[in-house]
Amino acid sequence: MESEIRAVDYSAKSTYRNIKDKLFLWGVIVVSIITISPIVLIIGQLVFKGFKQINFSFFTEVTPSTYEAMTAIANGELIPGGIVNGITGTLLIVAIAALIAIPVGILIGLFLYENKGKIYANLIRNLSDILQGVPSIVLGLIAYLWVVKGVTQGYSALAGSVALAIMMLPLIIRSTEETMLMLPGSLKEAGLALGVPYYKVILRVLIPSGLSGLSTGILLAISRILGETAPLLLTTLGNPMINWNPAEPTSAVPLLIWDFYNDPNMADLIWSSSLFLMGFVLTLNIIAKRIAAKH
Amino acid sequence: MNNNIDIVNNPVLSIKDLSIAYNKADKYAVKDINVTIKKNAITAIMGPSGCGKSTLLRAINRMHELYPDIKTVGDIYLNEENIMKMSTIHLRRNIGMVFQRPNPFPTMSIYDNVLAGYKLNGIRLKKTERDDIVERSLSNVALWDEVKDALHKKGTFLSGGQQQRLCIARSLAFQPEVILLDEPTSALDPIATSKIEDLLVELKKNYTIVMVTHNMAQAARISEYSMFMYLGDLVEYGKTKMMFTNPRVRKTEEYLTGKFG
Amino acid sequence: MKSDTITKYVLLVSSIVILLVSAGMVFSLIGDALPVFEKFGWRFITSSEWNPTEGRENYGALPFIAGTLSTSILALIICLPMAFATALFLAEYFKKSSLSTIIGSMVDLLAGVPSIVYGLWGFYTLRPFIVSLGLDAQGYGIFTAGLILAIMIIPYATSLSAEIISMVPNELKEAAYSLGATRMEVIFSVVLPNARSGIVASFILAFGRALGETMAVTMLIGNANIIPTGLFSTGNSMASVIANQFGEADGLKLSALIAIGLLLFAITGIVNAIGKLVIKKLS
Repeated sequence: MESEIRAVDYSAKSTYRNIKDKLFLWGVIVVSIITISPIVLIIGQLVFKGFKQINFSFFTEVTPSTYEAMTAIANGELIPGGIVNGITGTLLIVAIAALIAIPVGILIGLFLYENKGKIYANLIRNLSDILQGVPSIVLGLIAYLWVVKGVTQGYSALAGSVALAIMMLPLIIRSTEETMLMLPGSLKEAGLALGVPYYKVILRVLIPSGLSGLSTGILLAISRILGETAPLLLTTLGNPMINWNPAEPTSAVPLLIWDFYNDPNMADLIWSSSLFLMGFVLTLNIIAKRIAAKH
Repeated sequence: MNNNIDIVNNPVLSIKDLSIAYNKADKYAVKDINVTIKKNAITAIMGPSGCGKSTLLRAINRMHELYPDIKTVGDIYLNEENIMKMSTIHLRRNIGMVFQRPNPFPTMSIYDNVLAGYKLNGIRLKKTERDDIVERSLSNVALWDEVKDALHKKGTFLSGGQQQRLCIARSLAFQPEVILLDEPTSALDPIATSKIEDLLVELKKNYTIVMVTHNMAQAARISEYSMFMYLGDLVEYGKTKMMFTNPRVRKTEEYLTGKFG
Repeated sequence: MKSDTITKYVLLVSSIVILLVSAGMVFSLIGDALPVFEKFGWRFITSSEWNPTEGRENYGALPFIAGTLSTSILALIICLPMAFATALFLAEYFKKSSLSTIIGSMVDLLAGVPSIVYGLWGFYTLRPFIVSLGLDAQGYGIFTAGLILAIMIIPYATSLSAEIISMVPNELKEAAYSLGATRMEVIFSVVLPNARSGIVASFILAFGRALGETMAVTMLIGNANIIPTGLFSTGNSMASVIANQFGEADGLKLSALIAIGLLLFAITGIVNAIGKLVIKKLS
């Protein structure tokens, strides 16, 4: 008798447990869908509102003046001009940042790989991790103090590049070290056993063998800094013209978006510029993931 | 416990008073080894894990110089020339090394892997010379027929045993006098292992082979001379047949009969 | 041998760059923040008056510290259930399925959206939505900024938590299933206890990100130099005040903004260090 009662009790409890289990699963699914919905909404909005301003002149002409934009809107036309000064500026700033951060980052990553377990190397690794957490606006302040005030005596592309390079550096260091740790350890020794000098083993064996990992890391790092606005606000200022001189104020796509946001006449250009920036960032991300998945 | 009888005449390698310590402490991984190694023969180094056999082998190629914490004292002579005084490039061209796991360079083709020692050292060769070296080295390891139509494929596409033979070919390309092998078959299946063993027996006609092995049966099958090491000491060294049938030291006998190891 | 020694020195010297940048950063920030601390002392942190008018200059960072902390804490609270559920979705319920690949790459995409684009979306979509719900007349303030921050940090918390959850050994889960536990019971009795410190660390690191975010917050918080009084009150964050007022700053005001940067640097540094420590303990 007693055992029968217990069995009945148990099955009732078990049904309750199963319902709870199902409810929890559905909760997880619903919340997950809510979590990712902003990305669909954001991309949808960018495409929907931005595509009509994307045309040939968007990529070939500099930003229009407020007056030109206002006249065009009053006449019911598309805003003339484009964002080529921002595109070239972004390319210049990011290229210099990459030129600084990639070689230095790879060397430091190799140093950490060579000296793993040592106290000094651990210190460097921890400092690099701390650098990675520094807010980008603080890096902007630093680049302002060091480069704008110290080197170029005024707002400049170089100052922005320094801020972005400091941002990239920890990412490159980490991806280099992780890539090297994934290579078979004897690869280095096999090279040295052939009497090859160490620097050649690095350049011709280790780096080529880890190329996919290194390039994934580099592309992701670049895609991270591409959309940065705050540090550029403090360092490169902006420029209505195309500028290739690193010592001069320079525009960048995210800076233009900020300008358009602050100028009601330019509002239509916000979406096309954002769509372009987002497309650029996503393309780099996808290429990086492709490279990583291939190996 | 040194049993360093001069069993070898006209040795190609002689190791004198060699000691190796890790971490700069006085804890020696290899203690005061004196040994001579016979030309055109296979010498096996046996012993339980951590006995110092790999440490000894790697010293012959001065691999320890990569790690500043490792201190090596003593001398090693290659044909009466002190290797400690040679340039590493010259030394490593004369003494090649093959590792535990097959490690062809993943970005290079089979062809380039064989020539890696030349390419990476910046030694320029004519096309005909290159082709000759590749064919000769791959034929030496009985890989030529298997890969001659795929020379420009990546080395990593080969099977494990083929990869290890490619690595041997890579060290043969310089035509060294001595080849060091560090447990070369421990990552391979029995069929690939037996191929490598046959190959080594063939190669000893032209090269002197020193190999570390964890596998007593392998040492018995292919080596003429054997060393038995224990806790950094060279316990016994002599003809393999003698050692396996009539070991002079108790420790050796205990190891060979499986009492430890 | 000689070239090998040179190679080692080149690597060693390159590592010094990190030392120089880190030390230089601290020195520069402290050096340029010093005038403000000399003039106001602790009042710089405890005072809530921000007045750049010449002659009556007074700089107190309290409103901005309050703004940064309130938006970030709110973001963390919103982020917790969202990131947690998504991590379970990716690493437990639909582990290794194509569904989790799709959701996972969408989470990665969220991490790739630039801050300024989040700001735009918040301004043009989220803010009107909040107004239409009748929550607030303008839609600016702590709540809107915290909500956008939550969306921004969710991908970081999610991907790290998912990684930790997927590392919980299968044998442990199977042992619990074999005793008749339901999936949810396995999650709460086996998966979570084993992944706890890793999940905690991932939320700490996500919180650290929220503290330093600039553009999106600047566009939504309302930029009022006051201590926020409620969920829908406007305010200003440390990063936002730097971005907003830097252009016209010099002298003591510049020094005050740099001092705020120094505080922000210190706070995020401490939060990140705690997060890393929790992760270290894990491995």
